[in-house]
Amino acid sequence: MVKIFKGSKPSRRSFLKGALAAGGAVTGAGLAQAAPDTAITELQPWNQNLGDGVDVSPYGVPSEFEAHVQRKNVEWLTADTVSSINFTPLHELDGILTPNGLCFERHHAGVAEVDPAKHRLMINGLVDKPLVFTLQDLMRFPRENHVYFLECAANTGMEWRGAQLNGCQFTHGMIHNVMYTGVPLRLILEEAGVKTNGKWVMPEGADASAMTRSVPIEKAMDDCLVAFKMNGEALRPEQGYPMRLVVPGWEGNMWIKWLRRIEVGDMPWHHREETSKYTDLLENGSARRFTWEMDAKSVITNPSPQAPLNHGKGHTVLTGVAWSGRGTVPRVDVTLDGGKNWHQARISGPSLPMSMHRFYFEFDWDGSPLLLQSRAHDSTGYVQPTKDQLRVIRGENSIYHNNGIQTWYVNEQGIAENVEIS
Amino acid sequence: MSKFLKILAPAGAGALGVLGSAYMLADQFVVDIPAPVRGSIVVAANAATEDTTGTEEASVSAEPMAEIEQVEMMLQSPEGGFSLGREALSEEVAAWDIDVRPDGLGLPEGSGDVFMGEEIYLENCAMCHGDFGEAIGRWPVLAGGEGTLDGEDPVKTVGSYWPYASTIFDYIHRAMPFGNAQSLTDDEVYALTAYVLYLNYLVEDDFVLNRETFAEVPMPNQDNFFMDDRAEVELGEFSKEACMENCKDTVEIVKRARVLDVTPEAAESDETQENAAEETTEQMAAAETTQAVDEASEETTDATDAIDPELAAAGETVFRKCRACHQVGEGASNRVGPHLNAIIGRSVGSVEGFRYSSAMQDAGGGGLVWSEESLGEFLTNPRDFLAGTKMSFAGLRDEGDVAAIIAYLGSMSE
Repeated sequence: MVKIFKGSKPSRRSFLKGALAAGGAVTGAGLAQAAPDTAITELQPWNQNLGDGVDVSPYGVPSEFEAHVQRKNVEWLTADTVSSINFTPLHELDGILTPNGLCFERHHAGVAEVDPAKHRLMINGLVDKPLVFTLQDLMRFPRENHVYFLECAANTGMEWRGAQLNGCQFTHGMIHNVMYTGVPLRLILEEAGVKTNGKWVMPEGADASAMTRSVPIEKAMDDCLVAFKMNGEALRPEQGYPMRLVVPGWEGNMWIKWLRRIEVGDMPWHHREETSKYTDLLENGSARRFTWEMDAKSVITNPSPQAPLNHGKGHTVLTGVAWSGRGTVPRVDVTLDGGKNWHQARISGPSLPMSMHRFYFEFDWDGSPLLLQSRAHDSTGYVQPTKDQLRVIRGENSIYHNNGIQTWYVNEQGIAENVEIS
Repeated sequence: MSKFLKILAPAGAGALGVLGSAYMLADQFVVDIPAPVRGSIVVAANAATEDTTGTEEASVSAEPMAEIEQVEMMLQSPEGGFSLGREALSEEVAAWDIDVRPDGLGLPEGSGDVFMGEEIYLENCAMCHGDFGEAIGRWPVLAGGEGTLDGEDPVKTVGSYWPYASTIFDYIHRAMPFGNAQSLTDDEVYALTAYVLYLNYLVEDDFVLNRETFAEVPMPNQDNFFMDDRAEVELGEFSKEACMENCKDTVEIVKRARVLDVTPEAAESDETQENAAEETTEQMAAAETTQAVDEASEETTDATDAIDPELAAAGETVFRKCRACHQVGEGASNRVGPHLNAIIGRSVGSVEGFRYSSAMQDAGGGGLVWSEESLGEFLTNPRDFLAGTKMSFAGLRDEGDVAAIIAYLGSMSE
């Protein structure tokens, strides 16, 4: 039946129903088509009618058919959404860059809505001359562009005691990968003149949680950036607008958002977020502190519990992401049989240090159950360990830095589940 | 066609150039990354300073690079700096540099004792952290937990876990009370810190905290922290050659997420995509309905002129002060404070499931109803209006804010 809309605006609902009906008729490649495909034989409204003009959407948004692609939170995790976290929908993304609106959020006192005209960056402490910069001042420094992943140290933290959350969004979604434009922190510190006994810096945020962390001067002078753009546009408010610290390869908590001050000192500050939080409790009750680097890690994003194999037997594309806080990821292995045999995956797209890598593995699925895993090898020779290997050293209470190999069980119907295997 | 290409080509080339510095071609299994090459090309930044014009000198002292497209020039500060920014005034540094270190650096003048701290705590902190630091809901537990760190369920509190007393002062001073940061005086922060230490049996009830007594406070777990040792303990262990074939004989599933069923919108993964599509449909339907309702309400608003939408919008901004404890709007539930949906016209202390102070219950029992007037008075000075209320909020000083927030709450009828 050909639907033709005249005069009145067509209902979006009927669009979708039509699309679904047509899609449902096509199952499995190579199958003979019993009846003509209505997606072809029926005239679609967009084949005929005029669409929106260029003035309708000055800041573009995704297709309404992608409305389900959203950051999500896990309500029981935290006391309140104001001091909480949500998760990047990794299973809906491809390539290596995370769209700005889908970058997971973690804040400790809500999203600060900072007026850039009333924002200042102060450098003080053990410097020759304490300085104050406006955003405009900052943008007169030479700047650089770098793609880096930002992973929360607690990513996969809910999985220490066993498979818990069913979906890579929830198990691995505290990560995003973005191209930053910013000024090397080194240039800003040099402008103030770091005294010889200045061994640490303490970035501080302007939000109501006044986030602070201690960063060793070597890292500050190496590759940290004060960034004001992400993926080409201004930082989003939830990512620290108008400026944030970028600490490549190191845990996300250190990437202070709404950055307003950097103090230089001769010893670390041991503030709340590096003592009571973001320290890794081991089985014997002692705790590691200053576990800054993010270990190499990977996860298969498709198929995964939120993205089942719903096409039946035949050729399929497995894909996922891998990253390391210590360099690039030149190799990713995948297994379909729970680690009996491994295959080298194909990496496609830029391979940049401390950035996400995209891998693919294409295969013919015979419809039998799968136990899928991926294993990242980074440029230092480090191989992503199993969760059990980690537990032997760290126990189950450390919350942070769980980079163990993830397993998805895919059954005959293509439904995927988060499991752990022997 | 060709015209468009001409216009678009430079943009495309520019985008490629950005990634060009370390771009690795697709479809390579193993990619050898050169060590991050940072050339030593020095840009004399005369051009960037204000007092020189047009003398752009680039003295290139770099050795020729074999793969020049992979070189990212290392940016250098020019002699004498960029002359950007300005010197910070001592008052400005003093206003922001209030953080405190374990050696006491940054502690201000002043002092506070346990008793004063208890009073401040019960007013400002107990609604989230509990009367004894045991915490309400999932808010942080402040006290207890001794001896649990090596057990199955470690409770990390100030007493059981925190290595330094300075962290308590520093964090309260800069970030607490939640949603009303930096509202306490230095003496009050000293007193609160003393009380939190007292809750953890780390000081006696006659303890007075100040810059001098600070160093006396014992922190039992201080020596149980050690520097990241992954380089020694893990990196070698996890850098062995990986098995590729016949790595194990059998594989069993030993743990399943489904058993727990704690995933938001869990299960139904086989139908996820369809569901997502249905969800989309529902959202669209909802959007259409909302639009219809909006249109309808516009009409009614015109007729009744009940609420000034601009004032209500201003009130939404003021409501941020309340958000830490109160929810309002669709799906609002009781938190530290009761939800505020349809508060205008409802009996005081009448939200189901919320534990009110006896003062609030008595007022409601006596027939008090939240009207614009009574709510306005309450919000201006909560404890004057209703002595004994649990609400720790000090009150809105600005009459305009009061009117705005009442307009906002009035607009949240359901």
